[in-house]
Amino acid sequence: MTTIINTLPLKDQLLTLFHRNADNIKGRSTPLVNRLRRNALAAFEDLGFPDNDMESWRFTDLKPLLQSDFVFDFSNQSRSFDIESVFTCDVYDLDTYSITLLNGWFVYKHAPLTRLSDGTIIGSLAKAMEVYPELVDTYLGRAADFQTAGLTALNTAFLQDGLFIYVPEGVKVEKPIQLINIVYAQTPVFLQPRHLIIADRNAEVTLVHCDHSLTHKISFTNTVLEIFAGEGANVSHYKIQNKGRNSALITSNYFHQNKDSRLSSNIITLNGGFTRNMITATLTQPGCHSEHNGLYLADRKQHIDNQVLVDHAAPDCTSDQMYKGILDDEAKAVFSGKILVRKDAQRTRAYQNNKNLLLTDEARANTQPHLEIYADDVKCSHGASIGQLDPNAMFYLQSRGLCERTARQLLMYAFAMEVIDKINIEALGKRLDHMVEKRLKGELSICDQCVIHCKSSEPATFNIDLSKI
Amino acid sequence: MLNIKNLKVSIEGKVILDKFNLEVKAGEIHAIMGPNGTGKSTLAAVIAGRDLYEVEEGEITYLGQNLFDMPVELRAREGIFLGFQYPVEIPGVSIANFMRTAMNEKRKHLGMEPLSGAEFLKIMEEKKKLVDIHDKLTNRSVNEGFSGGEKKRNEIFQMALLEPRLAILDETDSGLDIDALKVVANGVNKLRRNDNATIIITHYQRLLEYIIPDYVHVLFNGRLVRSGGKELAKDLEAKGYEWIKKDAASI
Repeated sequence: MTTIINTLPLKDQLLTLFHRNADNIKGRSTPLVNRLRRNALAAFEDLGFPDNDMESWRFTDLKPLLQSDFVFDFSNQSRSFDIESVFTCDVYDLDTYSITLLNGWFVYKHAPLTRLSDGTIIGSLAKAMEVYPELVDTYLGRAADFQTAGLTALNTAFLQDGLFIYVPEGVKVEKPIQLINIVYAQTPVFLQPRHLIIADRNAEVTLVHCDHSLTHKISFTNTVLEIFAGEGANVSHYKIQNKGRNSALITSNYFHQNKDSRLSSNIITLNGGFTRNMITATLTQPGCHSEHNGLYLADRKQHIDNQVLVDHAAPDCTSDQMYKGILDDEAKAVFSGKILVRKDAQRTRAYQNNKNLLLTDEARANTQPHLEIYADDVKCSHGASIGQLDPNAMFYLQSRGLCERTARQLLMYAFAMEVIDKINIEALGKRLDHMVEKRLKGELSICDQCVIHCKSSEPATFNIDLSKI
Repeated sequence: MLNIKNLKVSIEGKVILDKFNLEVKAGEIHAIMGPNGTGKSTLAAVIAGRDLYEVEEGEITYLGQNLFDMPVELRAREGIFLGFQYPVEIPGVSIANFMRTAMNEKRKHLGMEPLSGAEFLKIMEEKKKLVDIHDKLTNRSVNEGFSGGEKKRNEIFQMALLEPRLAILDETDSGLDIDALKVVANGVNKLRRNDNATIIITHYQRLLEYIIPDYVHVLFNGRLVRSGGKELAKDLEAKGYEWIKKDAASI
């Protein structure tokens, strides 16, 4: 465990830290990965942390989050941790292959790498670098371009562990694979998990990616996820987070799609102090479909930022973005959705929609749709709205005997359900349906899934006040 | 049941209804007819409790209570039902879920136990037949993507489930073909009892061939200018509203 004293800016501390711990960080990485690290470190040195001068960071300020005396782990302290003593996933009937990461490190509940009978490999990225170096070398860093993204560069320089999945050609993984990402620490931690998911030709896989914090302590998580969907592959990604108010969670998702592949990304943010999700989906070959759904429910001073870029780099692809949010108190949401249609990407069909419901005068939503089109035979549309509940719908419901509160709840729930309805895993959909309902009634807390019952000095109650709409 | 006295209603300073009087008793069907823009829909909305309008004068009592003291949902729970001229689309809320919530809110108000899922389904199946609603419609979002006829049938379906004491059907016949019109009229006739009442608001006489009213009133420029029996509707059809306009001018 390494603590650094906060006299230098965090960027300089990290650079020093890297050099001091280089051997630990490199561990058993392949030479290629270590070369990637060096380049990434140089890029980070150049770029630093993003600041408000950058277009995509105009409404989101990282600075206040970088002021703590963070603790860093450069070796796996989580290996033998009895995770079930503090956390059990309470999504009933959700039958998955489950993997747990504690503070960014693989928990050795089972073998660090499991090879299913169909050839699918699931486990720790650190271990995969040792056992399957050729797979890691082929894919790692190929989608997550760090030349212009400081946080991705930083993650790439420091990457050590995370989730690794490889699904061989033609294999349809029967059950969803669930990643449970837990932050549980007594001191402020700075974590950089790295996930690599490869679906080979015509493979099919569903990933349920859950982020939880079991602490109200400060944490900063800078995650990078790369998903490769091979020709004809079908990948679904569900990301659900229920984090404490002092957590900062930044996830940079890179989706790389080959010919005729389908990818669906669903990001559900129920709670979180500071959350930023960045998606870059690159449709590299014809016939791809890329779908991006998001729902965010925020109150108090929570800040939720979603940045989606769908890069149509080949003809005859389709994409769809739908992000919806409900904001109470002084919560702030940022959405930026960009559809980029490159010169050769003829016959592109791309849609984008962002809708926000604001419950108070102090809640804020900044929504920026961007269309950048260089081809001439395309069909693209975007829509964005920030508003209140429809008074005609309210009257209609009330005229049937529903009180104002019930009518509001029903409409907000319906607003959120448009996203939840797209979830194809029945047990997960039901569970989220229930969680959204609880959240809108002000009954969901981050303690919900924790078994410690710690009598926290800061009771984690969250409440969307329905009377304020 | 309903007693409207000297009602004056305006919206943004413009008077819509003035010196309006109407009494509706249990067991009666009243038809309110009149050209467009004479305040028919305003009357319906004011009774149901829409807050867009300003009531400047007059009173409405419903079952002996001052209607203006009752919030929208209380009026509904006490048995007032408005069949909307333009039913609102509510994406994401299924008809079944909406109606079960509405019925249980009403039952709670009346001190009754809520309906279980099975009980509700049973009642729903019975009422579906009444308005010729097919199975899948009730699982769909309220009015979303419905045809004009489906929307109106859905209104009558809701009415059948909620069993109102006083139903106000605002232009329920507009935009319906003859078959849909018959279905709607048939539903209303079957729901007719001697302890409930219906106010039918319509522009045309057509619907009144299938639902026979006890009284027909003609609304013009915010006032009832003529009242009579069912034959008045036929006179109107034959002579047109010009006849009434001349009539009104002489009042």
